[in-house]
Amino acid sequence: MASKTPTSVRIRRGITLPILLLVLWEVSSRTGLVDPRFLPSLESVAITAKRELLGNDLIFDLLSSLARNLGGFLVGAVLGIAFATVLALSPLAGRLVMPTFNGVKQISLLAWIPLISVWFGFGEQAKIVFVALACFIPVVLNTYDGMRDAPKDLLEVGHALRFNARQRFLRIYLPSAMPAIATGIHLGLIYSWLATVGAEYFLAVGPGIGGLVIAGRERFDMAMVMVGVIILGLVGFTLNRLAATLENHLLRWRPPRTA
Amino acid sequence: MAVLTVTTETDAPSRLPYPWRSRAVGLAVALVLPAALLILWWAASDRGWLAAQILPHPLDVYQTLRDMVASGELLYHTAISLRRVLIGFAIGAGFGLALGIAMGLSETVEDYVKPLFLAFAQIPTLGWIPLLMLLVGIGETLKIIIITKGALVPMTLNTFAGIRNVSPRYLEVARALRFSRWQTLRLVIIPASIPFVFTGIRYGLTHAWTSLVGVELLASSEGLGYLLVWGRQMFWLDTVIIAMLAIGIVGFVMDSGLNRTERLIQRWKRNEI
Repeated sequence: MASKTPTSVRIRRGITLPILLLVLWEVSSRTGLVDPRFLPSLESVAITAKRELLGNDLIFDLLSSLARNLGGFLVGAVLGIAFATVLALSPLAGRLVMPTFNGVKQISLLAWIPLISVWFGFGEQAKIVFVALACFIPVVLNTYDGMRDAPKDLLEVGHALRFNARQRFLRIYLPSAMPAIATGIHLGLIYSWLATVGAEYFLAVGPGIGGLVIAGRERFDMAMVMVGVIILGLVGFTLNRLAATLENHLLRWRPPRTA
Repeated sequence: MAVLTVTTETDAPSRLPYPWRSRAVGLAVALVLPAALLILWWAASDRGWLAAQILPHPLDVYQTLRDMVASGELLYHTAISLRRVLIGFAIGAGFGLALGIAMGLSETVEDYVKPLFLAFAQIPTLGWIPLLMLLVGIGETLKIIIITKGALVPMTLNTFAGIRNVSPRYLEVARALRFSRWQTLRLVIIPASIPFVFTGIRYGLTHAWTSLVGVELLASSEGLGYLLVWGRQMFWLDTVIIAMLAIGIVGFVMDSGLNRTERLIQRWKRNEI
């Protein structure tokens, strides 16, 4: 099903619905068809965005969220790669720990929040722990699978060349697990953003975009909630694109995958 | 796009089936760590290394579990959560299937709908909760909408991918055999995309369950998520732990059941072609 439609037509079609929706939105809020408290006009959303940006600390909120996100992500990714490497390279450790790990990961991430808030409070520490946990799980799973799937013939070559443990790790396991690790890190980045939002909702202390949304809801300020939600989406989208680009760049040596 | 990435990457092929003996050994080894942790937990609580406000004694947790099972409380909250998930999932999966098929079959529909759909899908389910709380309140509608959204996105994307991934060779054969549109759909496209649809169902259900926990944590007076919040507020950590276990077990049962069915379907597909 190769596409025959020219790109310009596709773009025109793609923006049709969004524009229709925006027009419908604007008309219904202007004419009072819908209560503006529920659907504020585009203008008032823009004004709120400007107010938050200039008057209040939108930028600071955003930076706090990002810092939290990156902090938790780094902790989770580094610990995850190290943990999975140990498990993958020692068969006994893997068999001891992986079943428990697979059981624990069944607990929905958000369900950890109450326990984490008891152990670590509601402050920055608890949020970082939660974000790190969110990132840790996919990184461990993918790294472990990647290392376990290191090609057997390469391992035999390594054996013939009398590689020591360090050489085996650096020359065989790590390179062949690289694509899987990259996937794990990519997923970890996505999950850590979701977790950042979740942490800011439930552990609502301190600055952050999630806190902004919750505050907007409490004040029944729909425009503010919308601004916050749009930013959440944009940040998630940007992080995802960044990770995908980085992944492709780092793995450009990899032969194209044939499915 | 998180949904699709997850779909393709975590689906590692199942390991070779062991004979029962090595499976029993594997199980025994797997139980060593949980047993060790339990003993450690027990000892630590017994000797007062851990305050009960940090981690209650395992016996207390067990006692609470028995009480909650006996009083029907645990079953009640689990049933409420399950009902919400099933309703929301049924709606979301139905719409997702329809949308995925429409976008997969018609490029025009895809051009019109997909950009908007992807933009909506970008915003995490958690992001929608406060917005919808203002619109529809914190009643049952909110929960159903959120769960529906959770199931809709993976279902749509996977169905769409399934239809688009039908091998062009099959379509050529269908053309050569002068199949009508309906025949092509029934005999070629639907059978070839069923495994993808199933992946969509599995991820849809997982996302629905995760979304449920989120929405129940934020706004609920019943259900497993509520049990978590309530236990936390009362500092009844035994209740919190039991609710976490229940959430994990339900998630595990749903996921492994669907996983098994999915493997069956894929085997059937391999034999068929």
